[in-house]
Amino acid sequence: MTPVFAKPGRQLAAASVLLMLLAGCGRDGQPAPPAAPVSAASAAASASSSTRQAKAAPKAIAFTPPPDSAIPDDDFGKQVELGRKIFLEPDKYAAAWVGNHLSCENCHLDAGRLANAAPMWGAWPMYPAYRSKNRHVNTFAERLQGCFRFSMNGKAPPAGDPVLVALESYAYWLSQGAPVGKALPGRGYPKLPRPAQAPDYARGETVFKRDCALCHGADGQGQRVAGRTVFPPLWGPGSFNWGAGMHQVNNAAGFIKANMPLGRGDTLSDQDAWDVAYFMDAHERPQDPRYEGSVQATRAKYHDTPQSLYGTVVNGTLLGQGTGTAR
Amino acid sequence: MKAAPWIAGLAGLLLAGAASAGTPDGATIARQGNGRGVAPCAACHNADGGGQPAAGFPRLAGLPSAYLLKQLDDFAHGTRRNATMQPVAAGLSQDERAALAAYYSKLPVPAMSTTPVTDPRQEALGERLATRGRWSHGLPGCGQCHGPGGVGVGGHFPPLAGQSAVYIANQLHAWQKGMRRNDPLQLMQAVAGKLDEADIAAVSAWYAAQPVAGGQQP
Ligand code: HEC
Ligand code: HEC
Ligand code: HEC
Ligand code: HEC
Repeated sequence: MTPVFAKPGRQLAAASVLLMLLAGCGRDGQPAPPAAPVSAASAAASASSSTRQAKAAPKAIAFTPPPDSAIPDDDFGKQVELGRKIFLEPDKYAAAWVGNHLSCENCHLDAGRLANAAPMWGAWPMYPAYRSKNRHVNTFAERLQGCFRFSMNGKAPPAGDPVLVALESYAYWLSQGAPVGKALPGRGYPKLPRPAQAPDYARGETVFKRDCALCHGADGQGQRVAGRTVFPPLWGPGSFNWGAGMHQVNNAAGFIKANMPLGRGDTLSDQDAWDVAYFMDAHERPQDPRYEGSVQATRAKYHDTPQSLYGTVVNGTLLGQGTGTAR
Repeated sequence: MKAAPWIAGLAGLLLAGAASAGTPDGATIARQGNGRGVAPCAACHNADGGGQPAAGFPRLAGLPSAYLLKQLDDFAHGTRRNATMQPVAAGLSQDERAALAAYYSKLPVPAMSTTPVTDPRQEALGERLATRGRWSHGLPGCGQCHGPGGVGVGGHFPPLAGQSAVYIANQLHAWQKGMRRNDPLQLMQAVAGKLDEADIAAVSAWYAAQPVAGGQQP
């Protein structure tokens, strides 16, 4: 059932290196947060835990971005505001570049503000950065392009495009006062310790039915109301594609542990988070736009890590064949 | 005819017997009760299913059938506690609950009067909580589950638009006090636990001010 995790210990260790080679609106090789990463992450996420019935005190976080009400009322502020709108509704404000109905906020919660949900203030000060994935120094704009291509299953807006200018302005503005070049705690998604048992499809399905299907649907296709995505699809034609960072089991596990079920982050066990991430990522989704002519060749070139199920066989099905897209 | 009242009474019993033996009719119970002690729903929820806003009697018309049925079951089983509704729900058979849930879910949403929020600061707080939440405390926006404008999503996330401020506030307090413990995945217990009195007043007032597409078939 779980071929790629047959030897979790060795393979996961290898994965943490391999992952840095990978793509997308995907995880970069970034240094782990300074102090004990996991406990810091769970402390931060516990603000939304069920055990806190009383109004939780604001948790000690490394950085607080300015409130929306502080967006300046001038020409720069207009770009910040436009960037915020694009972030919340890319299918409306950047329609030419997206191929699904996700929003940036679906994965970067609270409009890109929330610690442990890959906040923009954790990202902006870390670019330009060398990425082993494409062996050159990437600007922040190039990073944004990756998200359009993979997570949004669309096309990368060209350098200098108004959409990128607005998103850059928004991320820059959110990062006011953040130290440049210093990875702040809360950047990216938390890195979960390797699971006691190799992630498993059947256990993941049990978790999915119990804790996720209520919102994302028993078929994982999410729910839309009045033309708006309320609960995003987790796989299938309307989801992120096989090149996106969320298709890697470790990225998804970290995101899910800290942020799902919505409003109940950090209530799943690490094992449940790994299992359900594996289950989600063992479903078909739109093809990797870097497709090399065959699933095998594409896996060899871009997915040669245990964290990617692309090109592997799960439950007798070869993954990576792609679906159509749905817009 | 001396026997008339007696015969009428027998006929009534026979009718009631016949009704409970066959498929119960939601519309009839809503108007007349079930003949076994359960009062007509319409007495409190209004003939059009729009409820009585000031009294905290909720709108039922157009709510999802699965949600309505679950609430009746939850009242009967005590995971949702309310002195008025518990005996009502407990007095209904399972078939009657299902018939009533189906009946109310198909009623058109009545045209409802909305109550505008007068204090702009309260309005701003309510709108903020409804649309954006307060993520610094782990609180999602209400609309992230209840849909844009509180229109409701699928069978599990009821609409908030078209409910009164009194009713919404009552429910949030019920979750805070543990009187309502019937929410899936404890989603609402977690939400209510992060709200204070000013938050509850503001968000309840904000939803009570949202327009409902009245007269529409759900
Ligand atoms: C399906 C989920 C998903 C969507 C939708 C998505 N992203 Fe991402 N994004 C990710 C993942 C996963 C990462 C890698 C996170 C990590 O490194 O821990 C990421 C990384 C990023 C980064 C770099 C973060 C860092 O710390 O270096 C930026 C910037 C970014 N995304 C912007 C966007 C923008 C703008 C959009 C909308 C156009 C968007 N993303 C949509 C999942 C998503
Ligand atoms: C109460 C409803 C709810 C439940 C339960 C829930 N989610 Fe979500 N999920 C959401 C919402 C809403 C978003 C988008 C968040 C946003 O936009 O702020 C989301 C976003 C996501 C995303 C990122 C978006 C994407 O397209 O990939 C993933 C992955 C995800 N959820 C997985 C899960 C998993 C796995 C579970 C079960 C452990 C789960 N969710 C349970 C509501 C829910
Ligand atoms: C004496 C007044 C009264 C009568 C009669 C009554 N109800 Fe209610 N009902 C209430 C009140 C009050 C509430 C709100 C309870 C609370 O605050 O939890 C309620 C709540 C409900 C709810 C929950 C709605 C929601 O949005 O969660 C349902 C369903 C319901 N009633 C159905 C019925 C049905 C069906 C009948 C007839 C068989 C009925 N009620 C008869 C007063 C009444
Ligand atoms: C994470 C998802 C989620 C969020 C966020 C959420 N709710 Fe709910 N809410 C639910 C669910 C699920 C139910 C149905 C509970 C049940 O089945 O009994 C519900 C029910 C309710 C009800 C009862 C409605 C009725 O007809 O009885 C009220 C009132 C309510 N929510 C108010 C709010 C408010 C106000 C907010 C924002 C402060 C909010 N909710 C945020 C999931 C959510």
